[in-house]
Amino acid sequence: MMIAIDNLTQKFSAPDGTTVHALDRVSLHIQQGEFISLIGPSGCGKSTLLRIIADLITPTEGQVLVNGKPAHQARQDREYGFVFQSATLYDWRTVLKNVELPLEIMGYGKAEREARARDMLRLVELGDFANKYPWQLSGGMQQRVSIARALAFQPKILLMDEPFGALDEMTRERMNNELLRIWQQLGVTCIFVTHSIPEAVYLSTRVVVMSARPGRISATIDIPLAQPRGPETRDHDDFFHLQSQVRAALREGAGEKVDERTARRVGVDG
Amino acid sequence: MTQARSSEKLQTAFIVVLLLLAVVGLWEGAKAFSRAVNYALDLPWGGTLDLRNFNNQQLPHLGDIARSFVEPAQRNGPPLGLILLNASLFTLSSAVIGFVLGGVLGFLLAIIFAHSRLLQRGLLPYVVASQTIPILAIAPMVVVWMRQINLTGLAVPIIAAYLTFFPVTVYALRGLTSVSPLQLELMRSYAATRWQILFKLRIPNALPQIFTALKISATASVVGTIIGELPSGIQSGLGGAILNFNQYYVQGPPRLWATIVAASLVGMLFFGVVALAERLIVRWNRPE
Repeated sequence: MMIAIDNLTQKFSAPDGTTVHALDRVSLHIQQGEFISLIGPSGCGKSTLLRIIADLITPTEGQVLVNGKPAHQARQDREYGFVFQSATLYDWRTVLKNVELPLEIMGYGKAEREARARDMLRLVELGDFANKYPWQLSGGMQQRVSIARALAFQPKILLMDEPFGALDEMTRERMNNELLRIWQQLGVTCIFVTHSIPEAVYLSTRVVVMSARPGRISATIDIPLAQPRGPETRDHDDFFHLQSQVRAALREGAGEKVDERTARRVGVDG
Repeated sequence: MTQARSSEKLQTAFIVVLLLLAVVGLWEGAKAFSRAVNYALDLPWGGTLDLRNFNNQQLPHLGDIARSFVEPAQRNGPPLGLILLNASLFTLSSAVIGFVLGGVLGFLLAIIFAHSRLLQRGLLPYVVASQTIPILAIAPMVVVWMRQINLTGLAVPIIAAYLTFFPVTVYALRGLTSVSPLQLELMRSYAATRWQILFKLRIPNALPQIFTALKISATASVVGTIIGELPSGIQSGLGGAILNFNQYYVQGPPRLWATIVAASLVGMLFFGVVALAERLIVRWNRPE
């Protein structure tokens, strides 16, 4: 067992005084080396769930254990690499220095910092851009730098919050391939938040479908597509079949709030 | 791109020269006009614009002002330019000390305010209030206090610092606190300490704003120094020169005007140095 999420509940108080149930008794167990996608409508709490795993938010109830230790300890031990919706590079640092940032904070020596950062830039195929400033890079390249930055200190878990949401379809597919290659090469555990059904199916070993108000896991779907995946995977019958399955689960999840029995039938993973 | 930039520089130079010529034209034109018509204009709201005011006594020729720099200020004395150069250096050194004092104080206040909303809410009103106090009224007292504790030399820099810390506090605070939530979350995900967040995120993020403030402060510190020199009886600086040439204005009007030119050059020089430092330090931005 790698990540054990048990009975997470997250309540926010909205500005109008009402309580929003962002997550309601969510449980999920993730094995080492898995690639998990969280998919669901806006407001289903998928980003919140990701942030709770990363210990950026403290849950109202429930707990997250990473290899048996609480999320807070895991964050202190630098187990997480986090990739945000936007690249969030620091404008004043070159590409190389941006990738070095976590290493600086974690107290690595200068030579090792640079060597590792250069390795990571080669991994995301931006080795020639080390001395550029972020504004000189396209959106897709910036996001690749931020992935290199998240991986620079070799975290065991890579958490990604809709990292390719702002990219065009072509770039997105290329980034998906690149991410799969990196995941396979490094053997990290990935948790990936997305709005896109094809993206979720293409990347994941398991797709976790969530529903909104309150945020719940309405289904988890195994994706047994052969590894390593590539452009030919996208033409495979199973690829379309699994997308239909995810789509159906999303639709069922949306109906959940009108029919409580459906919720019980679909069940909560755990 | 380099071609576009060099042509832009040419345009800028052209506008500067054009404006300079316009000022010269207006200045000398007004004088020529007043000499020719010798006429006082009744203004519709009751006042009188006496065009005879633009005589050599009240508004010397620009050529006379320029020439006064090389002429001796007193019989057998050194040329006025040399006197003003020494006075300028004296004033500039006080201004630089005041600028550093004010800059450091302003920056420290901003860091404190950025980390404590309580202190920010409690103290910021006093910081604002401090700027509403007329500096001319308290300058003599600062001089007296500093003399009492035997630190007379710091009186004028302190008065200059009083004018310079405020913009630094306001702009730096804004820069330190305008980091995006995602950038803070990124630091949190690395388990970065408060100090690491300050030095690796907040301060670099604030640098463009800090430099905006420093450029304002550079010119303000020169004005503050001259204001501080006026009531404190310091003769060596531009403040002393202004008082002196004001008193003996009738004997040589261009001398006061030359002093004003010198004071403004000191301010521009200081501004230019800070702007240059900004260009050397804040290099990451996309060229405009």
